[in-house]
Amino acid sequence: MLKDVSFGQYYPVSSFVHRLDPRFKIVFLIAFIVAIFLAKEFLALGIAAALLLLAILFARIPAGKVLRSVRGVLFLVLFTAAINIFFHGGETVYWSYGILQVTKEGILFSAFLVIRLFLLVVCSSLLTYTTTPVSLTDGIESLLTPLKWVHFPVHELALIMSIALRFIPILMDETDRIIGAQKARGANLDSGSPAKRIRAIVPVLIPLLLSAFRRADELGDAMDARCYSGGKKRTKYKKLRFTWRDLIAFLLIAGLVAGIVVLRYFPVFPV
Amino acid sequence: MKAIEFRDVTFSYGEGAPAVNHLNFSAEEGEFVAVLGHNGSGKSTLARLADGLLTADGGEIRVFGNPVSEKTLSDIRKDVGIVFQNPDSQAVASLVEDDVAFGAENIGLPREEIGRRIGFALRAVGMEPYRTATISRLSGGQKQRVAIAGVLALKPRIMILDESTSMLDPRGRREIAEVVKRLHREEKITVLFITHFMEEALLADRAVVMNRGEIVMEGAPAEIFGRHEELLTYNLALPRIGVICKRLREGGIAAADTLGIEELAKEIAECVS
Ligand SMILES: Nc1ncnc2c1ncn2[C@@H]1O[C@H](COP(=O)(O)OP(=O)(O)OP(=O)(O)O)[C@@H](O)[C@H]1O
Ligand SMILES: [Mg+2]
Repeated sequence: MLKDVSFGQYYPVSSFVHRLDPRFKIVFLIAFIVAIFLAKEFLALGIAAALLLLAILFARIPAGKVLRSVRGVLFLVLFTAAINIFFHGGETVYWSYGILQVTKEGILFSAFLVIRLFLLVVCSSLLTYTTTPVSLTDGIESLLTPLKWVHFPVHELALIMSIALRFIPILMDETDRIIGAQKARGANLDSGSPAKRIRAIVPVLIPLLLSAFRRADELGDAMDARCYSGGKKRTKYKKLRFTWRDLIAFLLIAGLVAGIVVLRYFPVFPV
Repeated sequence: MKAIEFRDVTFSYGEGAPAVNHLNFSAEEGEFVAVLGHNGSGKSTLARLADGLLTADGGEIRVFGNPVSEKTLSDIRKDVGIVFQNPDSQAVASLVEDDVAFGAENIGLPREEIGRRIGFALRAVGMEPYRTATISRLSGGQKQRVAIAGVLALKPRIMILDESTSMLDPRGRREIAEVVKRLHREEKITVLFITHFMEEALLADRAVVMNRGEIVMEGAPAEIFGRHEELLTYNLALPRIGVICKRLREGGIAAADTLGIEELAKEIAECVS
């Protein structure tokens, strides 16, 4: 049951985007989000959408997968849009009832909002589709390296993240097993009042926690036994490298993002 | 030369009876020793002491002549590798090659050397085709082979397997037994094989039996298995083949205590014909 939750939802194909440096992809995501929030007109969003479409094509991610990532937030987005359509107000009124008012401005604004949110979601999931959790943590570790100067435990943080990612499938399996065992003993986890159900979770949670602690202990020993002694003197087998691919992608994206930002201050078709 | 030597070593976890009690034990370089004993007899404590994961309360532990202490710890851990019991709580990384690299990264080897060692270690355990596989999708036996590879990447001279087969199915157990036998033969690694599957002691040159933190029996595996009554007093059941030999003798067939199935079959055939 829980196994179906594919964490990080990495989509394993070999593509131009998959091979990009994870650091670059993370920075790009941040730049993209900032640009979208700065955007003031449809032209800017259009550029962003085209950029993203291009990235999806190059990443060889099927359209269905991309749409699936949107589905999760669909309700939230449509709800926000509905509120804005009825309450935004504006000059050109199409329909009104009491304080509810559908206006041209409201419709445009809602559409703008919906597009913006969808772009955000698609861009974030593009990152997780094309980057394994491991290289994502590697990327974050590398990007945070300057913080080592202020004695921030960057290496430890990255190690914690990657161990956590590794243990997610194991703990999910374990949860399944414990639930199965409790059900076999007659525990009722799927029905009853909310209070009852919460109480029924306790016998699942406690063994899960105990086993997680035991595992942590065992893993600690296994790490010590393999000469782990913190980040000092440690070398890395996988080095992240900025290649020509990253350079091309960088130039292209930097240009377009700059375009979006420029459009904010010198709008062509303001909303 | 002695690879591992325990001299009068005592250790206890807080109050209560010591988990290891005035223990004397040694293994020669290149030897393959099986350590048997029922639950709680102190086998894991022995393994942890040998690697400096625990510090003895009294006595002395030497690895290749060097006493185990805070100062020598990092060198000792390079020499002594431990493979633990649970296939799911030893790997640090998600991918096979990243996990095998972990130990080699810890001792600060250059990148190229780490790459070579990953290749060597995965070849040695027959997991080379899985170099970029995800560990959580492997079978129990494969996970334990990856754990062995992770230890091998540090090029240890001694390898301790602490019930590393106990959570595996028969096939996984066979895989591990074969890999360890090969490593012992080809890489000349000294092996301490801790197990409660009596049959697995047959892999070893010598077997020791632990009870309440002490070594109570010692000898060639076949000889130890011959001492049925004594084994029972230490809560150890005979392996099935040992039981068969015993029954045969009771039934009047002169089957010596042998442990190889082929040998036993030959003896029975001779007696019958
Ligand atoms: N972390 C601990 N804290 C307290 N007591 C412990 C701890 N680990 C082991 N012991 C106790 O020390 C004794 C020896 O334990 P040890 O784990 O060495 O036995 P073992 O032979 O490895 O057993 P098993 O076959 O169950 O693995 C046991 O009585 C056990 O209860
Ligand atoms: Mg044990």
